[in-house]
Amino acid sequence: MQAAHLASHRFGYSQPQLQTLANDPRSWVLTQFERPAEFDTEGLIGSAKAWQITRDVLQAALNPSTPPNTNPSQDALGPMTPARQVLRQTNLHGLGKRWQHMAQTTTPVAERWVQFWANHFCVAATKGATLALVWPHEYEAIRPHAWGTYKALLRAAIVHPAMLLYLDNAQSIGPQSMAGRRRDRGLNENLARELLELHTLGVKAGYTQDDVTQTAKLLTGWTVGPNTAGVARFMENLHQPGKKTILGNTYPEGPQALDLLLTDLARHPACADFMASKLCRHFVTDAPPVALVQAVAAQFRRTDGDLKAVAVALFSHDLAWQEDLPPKFKRPEECMISAHRLMQKKVINVENSANWVQTMGQAMARAPSPQGWPDLSADWLSPDAVIKRIQWAERYGELYGKDVDARDLMQQAFGPNLSTSTAQTIARAESGAQALAFALASPELMRR
Amino acid sequence: MTRPTFSRRAHLQQLALGAGLAATGLLPARLALAAQAENNPSEQRLVVVLLRGALDGLSAVPALGDPAWAALRGGAETPTALPLDSTFGMHPGLAHLHRWYLNKELAVVHAVASPYRERSHFDAQQLLESGGERPFVLSTGWLARALQASQHSAVAMTPAMPLALRGADRANTWTPSRRPNKSQDTLDRIAAMYADDVPLASALAQAMEQQDKSMGPEASTGAGLTVLAKQAGAFLSAPRGPRVAWLEVGGWDTHSQQSARLGRMLPALDEALAGLRESLSVHWATTTVLVMTEFGRSASMNGSQGTDHGTAGAAFVAGGQVAGGQVLTDWPGLGRHQLLDGRDLRPTRDIRALIMPIVQRQFQLSTGVMSAVLPGASQPLGNLWRV
Repeated sequence: MQAAHLASHRFGYSQPQLQTLANDPRSWVLTQFERPAEFDTEGLIGSAKAWQITRDVLQAALNPSTPPNTNPSQDALGPMTPARQVLRQTNLHGLGKRWQHMAQTTTPVAERWVQFWANHFCVAATKGATLALVWPHEYEAIRPHAWGTYKALLRAAIVHPAMLLYLDNAQSIGPQSMAGRRRDRGLNENLARELLELHTLGVKAGYTQDDVTQTAKLLTGWTVGPNTAGVARFMENLHQPGKKTILGNTYPEGPQALDLLLTDLARHPACADFMASKLCRHFVTDAPPVALVQAVAAQFRRTDGDLKAVAVALFSHDLAWQEDLPPKFKRPEECMISAHRLMQKKVINVENSANWVQTMGQAMARAPSPQGWPDLSADWLSPDAVIKRIQWAERYGELYGKDVDARDLMQQAFGPNLSTSTAQTIARAESGAQALAFALASPELMRR
Repeated sequence: MTRPTFSRRAHLQQLALGAGLAATGLLPARLALAAQAENNPSEQRLVVVLLRGALDGLSAVPALGDPAWAALRGGAETPTALPLDSTFGMHPGLAHLHRWYLNKELAVVHAVASPYRERSHFDAQQLLESGGERPFVLSTGWLARALQASQHSAVAMTPAMPLALRGADRANTWTPSRRPNKSQDTLDRIAAMYADDVPLASALAQAMEQQDKSMGPEASTGAGLTVLAKQAGAFLSAPRGPRVAWLEVGGWDTHSQQSARLGRMLPALDEALAGLRESLSVHWATTTVLVMTEFGRSASMNGSQGTDHGTAGAAFVAGGQVAGGQVLTDWPGLGRHQLLDGRDLRPTRDIRALIMPIVQRQFQLSTGVMSAVLPGASQPLGNLWRV
């Protein structure tokens, strides 16, 4: 049962019945990458439409006919205009579809894999231009490419309106381009630096400021805006002319340079090492065994970043299944999804659940930096976090405690791994609500 | 939760009266409080504010008198800067801070940077919070190591423990609640359930202790920086409350539309610091506030009316004991040959030289302990204190 416990809780989002995967936990994990459950995109809008919705909101906020801002609770976008209502509904719908999938998917490990990459290629609605684009980035750029090559995923994640706007490439202009010579505009190196530091090589790979500047020049032209109708495109008139030299390689002028650069970055040895260490840290433990990281990196190099093969290397390695590794502390969203999976209940009130996840420290679609949500237990386990999780558990106890038997729920999900302390605390609860609160606040549920 | 009793409130009002006199120019009351604090470490207070994302120091404190200023920033930046001295001005959004400067309660430290010379936010923040000489060498924070060597406790107004406070036994985190914890019974039973999970158990124990000690009422809604700053002031003012508070705010990574963004964010910071002071009331006299950021930004504007990652920037120190009204800097100049790598304000001072005297005043550490708190740091900044 120990392996089933790891499969369910370390690699997935917690299964309601441990028994159902006890037979062969490893193939339960590995077959998920053969046939990941399909994501239902019905009713979800494309990023060009999301771009238009964002634009409407920003224009309404700038519109001088908007009544003066008198309510102190209003934010920088001003009052709740009709355009903002559309934005709010769009984002809630996107988040809701995503959460239903996470709570109900039959391939939760594959879903964790998708979410890992979505966080790796983080975009956030922390600036006006990306307000409606975070979920489209996930379902258009990340999800369809999570099982292909790393290079294809990288390209899709970068050349998407959300990323081009989030990291300012949409307004980076070659100083000697046609547009640059006409208007006094120029480079913005935000995306270039994060492409090297966060997306591919890692900060210690040895690139220089000049490599960053040259990368920024190579990336000029890839933009999104009114001229492209909200679609990511290469615009020749913004592109810095001439060859660019990055990490010793020379790239031609023009749009074809992007694929050449991304191919080289994806094949750079530092990229395999960086991806492998992030993957092992996320799926296994904060300080993963070196041999495991090396095996995953070797597979990444050997297969030219074939992500399905990389997943197989990780999840079939004995070190990933090592029992006595320090467990991780789940992120708030993972906690909430685990709770719904164990209770076998849909996320009914998306906005309310999002508020709770935010209270626990994770404001959905608003990761604090391009690095995405942090991934170490120490980044999440704090006194305030524990108090907030207990408050959340109490609230869920009130909501669901009447129709869930917490003793049975925990027994089914954790079996022989349920600690005596947790089992007894739940058994001695004074009400069904309190029992469920104990279950959801238990170390078993908070850790993975 | 302990609430202030009537008699204690009356006592606070008397103290406030004293501070009022000090504010009208009868300084001895304030000096007396400050002097009292110097002899009584438990009355000394410290607030550290980290601006994540790298504040553009040249926007916050423009070098208007530098011969190269006009060419670099003259067009786009702060034509209405509030005057500081013959060289420097202050962003008009920092009106409270400017008043403190004129009142000699705030000093600016300029052309300051950590020992880090690359341009990654994440490395730079790790180093600024860990207090070492290279990123990721130390995994605990300088504030935590100082706390460990003292009797003080700290609270971070954040959901997660910032690295600066990791490694301290008496460090808490706090954010506003959506609802009160319903029953002490539930909390007690959960604490017992955590007995075998040491990190969970100690986090919960810390949180429960904070709830016991805090001065109510706690803010229950709102998460704005001002709400957090005021609550920090309330915690620091509580008789048995923490004496160190940590605040942080992101969003300073102004690669584009910098002027408009700072035009919103700097006033919000200014407002929050004013709220902190208001909430500290008489304890302002014994409080030091340090505002810092991981690095500065490129000296010239980039191609989208923003700035890219740079090196040196500005920090602020404020409080009742600070020798304010001065810009402490060994100004390197903004001429092309004076800039670092031809693009950044050149650092002339290690920010740890600024942190050292602040830590020293707060925690009164021996030289040996000090070298463990900020290993490799030397030459603490002089002239920082008025009393």
